[in-house]
Amino acid sequence: MEDFSVLIGGKAGFGIDKATLILGHLLNQSGYRIYIYHDYPSLIRGGHTFSIIRAAQIRIGANRDKIDLLLALNRETIDLHQTRLNDGALVIYDSDAVKELVLPRQIRTLALSIGKIVKEENAHEVMRNTCMIGAFAKAVGIKMEVLERVITENFPKEVELNVKIAKRGFATAETVKNISPPAAEPLPLISGSQAIGLGLIKGGMRDYVAYPMTPTTPLLHFLAEQANDFSLKVIHPESEIGVMLMALGFAYAGERAAVGTSGGGFCLMTEGLSLSGMSEVPVVIVLGQRPGPSTGLPTYSGQTDLHFALNAGQGEFVRFVVAPGDLEEAYYWSAQALNLAWKYQIPALVLTDKNLNEGIGNFDIRSVGEIQETAAYLWDGKAPYKRYKDGESGVSSLAFAPTKDAVIKVSSYEHDEFGITTEETAVTKKMQDKRLRKEKYMREELKGFRTVNTYGDDDRSTALLCWGSNKGVCKELVQKLGLKVVQPVVLSPFPEDAFREAVRGVKKLIAVENNATGQLARLIRNYGFCADGMILKYDGRPFALDELETRVKEAIR
Amino acid sequence: MSQTNLGTYSPNTWCPGCGNFAILNGIKTVLNELKDTACPLENFVIVTGIGCHAKIVDYLNVNSFYSIHGRALPVAEGIKIAKPALKVICFAGDGDAYGEGLEHLVFAAKRNIDITVIIHNNRSYSLTAFQYSPTSFVGFKGRSTPRGSIEAPLNPLELMLASRATFLARGTSHGLPLLMHLFKEAIMHKGFALVDVLQVCVTYNNLYEYYAKRVYELQNHDANDFMMALTRIREWDYNSDASIALGVFYRKEAATFEEKFAPPQITPQERDIRIKQLLRESI
Repeated sequence: MEDFSVLIGGKAGFGIDKATLILGHLLNQSGYRIYIYHDYPSLIRGGHTFSIIRAAQIRIGANRDKIDLLLALNRETIDLHQTRLNDGALVIYDSDAVKELVLPRQIRTLALSIGKIVKEENAHEVMRNTCMIGAFAKAVGIKMEVLERVITENFPKEVELNVKIAKRGFATAETVKNISPPAAEPLPLISGSQAIGLGLIKGGMRDYVAYPMTPTTPLLHFLAEQANDFSLKVIHPESEIGVMLMALGFAYAGERAAVGTSGGGFCLMTEGLSLSGMSEVPVVIVLGQRPGPSTGLPTYSGQTDLHFALNAGQGEFVRFVVAPGDLEEAYYWSAQALNLAWKYQIPALVLTDKNLNEGIGNFDIRSVGEIQETAAYLWDGKAPYKRYKDGESGVSSLAFAPTKDAVIKVSSYEHDEFGITTEETAVTKKMQDKRLRKEKYMREELKGFRTVNTYGDDDRSTALLCWGSNKGVCKELVQKLGLKVVQPVVLSPFPEDAFREAVRGVKKLIAVENNATGQLARLIRNYGFCADGMILKYDGRPFALDELETRVKEAIR
Repeated sequence: MSQTNLGTYSPNTWCPGCGNFAILNGIKTVLNELKDTACPLENFVIVTGIGCHAKIVDYLNVNSFYSIHGRALPVAEGIKIAKPALKVICFAGDGDAYGEGLEHLVFAAKRNIDITVIIHNNRSYSLTAFQYSPTSFVGFKGRSTPRGSIEAPLNPLELMLASRATFLARGTSHGLPLLMHLFKEAIMHKGFALVDVLQVCVTYNNLYEYYAKRVYELQNHDANDFMMALTRIREWDYNSDASIALGVFYRKEAATFEEKFAPPQITPQERDIRIKQLLRESI
């Protein structure tokens, strides 16, 4: 098959996460390109959680509306997702949990006594998902040895029992839909959080500080797991206020630090953000968006904080804001955010969302641009050291305690070149000019980066305007419809020239955003550009390919 | 002892007679002594919050991070964890550390991170032109409580003891020899150390006479004894009329937070190899 989707669902506590990843690996190792969306409520046990694993022969970054295989460990999964079934779809279910199932004639079913098998093996009920995976493999024609290898690689505990149960699922099922795999070389299958984490590591991060908050919690978990291997200090302090200030302490001492949060936590970080701007102590903030206001939908996705990220913190200061659109961009820009933060001694924000952070897909490091860790601009040792020495670019040289003959003073107050508090009019103006001047040089440097991406047919006069995780769905759709996509990646300083170039010849620009007001459309208006239409979705769920197709067709009719 | 002038060109804007001068002079003497005996001067970092106390960074020619109100502690912790060889000293006010930033103080003590916190406890908000603070008396008539504060004060030392601080002391801005002794002990203590300095604000809350009548130095006290420390700390609750003990209340040896972070060093090349390895394992 060219392109198909598998949905697995059940209660939280059924091990859907793990099963999802294994299903993804099974299809990945069969040569498909994968995209996984995980949907879960804000609770620990119960509720309904599901994942959609989409497999295709081309790189993908979005889901379809319809599904071709439904794996149901309980009745609810079938009831909730029945309407998504494509004609000819296959439903595999645990007949010990789902009784008297009636489905339309065109839907095929495979009823397996999964509960009984697990009981017979004296295994924990959670292993029903392993049995389901075995049945799935057989049903779609995946070879036993691939199944065994993937199960073995993915279960740190009770490998033998899991393999045994998977094999029993395999033996019980029959091949219904042979997916006849393509022969593409498998690529790593990672989440957005992993891509961001590895990017930060690549950018020289030494410390990661965070307070748990969806959707950046998985980044905290990933880095905490990797701390020893990558020589990181990963700390979870008392609050996001503590997080931000602690990170600034790390940076003052000379270590590259990053923090991660979502909107609510970022609210608490804003006084520290402003302190970073004034004190010129760099920090990288990974801001994972979700629908607000306030607690909103904690485990769902949104693009609601663009203007918050651009404007947070009192006073006027230079910041770098970037919104990566896929795994490779997440890796690349997380590293570059650290480089730019340290080069210009500013705060840098990596603006993501739940769909990007928790979405899983193929990652191809070969298509990521070259990343060199830029060395910080260090003091040459010529006394007296002045932490805020004014110069052409506004960037002063750094020294870190302990350095003999250097007294390193940073401050939240307006200060002179040495770092001593001032209220003098001339010094105040001079120092504010110094700090703001850095933007001009950063803007110039950014001309060498791909700050605005375009995809699709460059000659078309209709273009979709998107940012962040909507890149995947827009890019795939325009290939089908023969349109163009314009995706600004850097949002501050806004790459005005590159954007103008990207929309040259576009007569109709349609903003596609996961918010209720069109935040990117509002941003480009500041630079004299106008979105002619807006396709907005703000229910926390991502645009599915087919859904967006319908809405784009309506918009361009 | 070599005397280095630790001052700067910054004009001092504290009110004449302010208790902060004692803290400034005391710390200068102590740093001068320690730089020859214990730790080079460039290894000291001073971190402050915002308030009259915090101006001390401008008056000391020492590495410093002038943080924001209530937020000296987490900055100090980051610095210490990054470079355990540094001696990190926080100066904070009572409004600053016991009010706005109390969470950080409690957690820093809980972690027993090896930093020193010196509180300029004048028991009022002064730079903001006179309001009650977390350690003001009940009935304190500040400008936000013109009919008198209705809250009882915190006993910060009791709170810090409960929070697992491993060095607790109290001094006054009118007892310089003892104050310098306490600073030195606190700085050299391995672990979280707090010195509560009853610092007199001559303009808004001049308790000079009040303290002079009540303070005494701890005698026959075993600072290693938690229950004895608790009893002495509870003698005066910062509100009712009682004798006010000065000196070291509590001292304990315990593992410190920053020493738990010693990740193995890796080169950028090793890092790149491990990234590739991790990606291979994700296929």
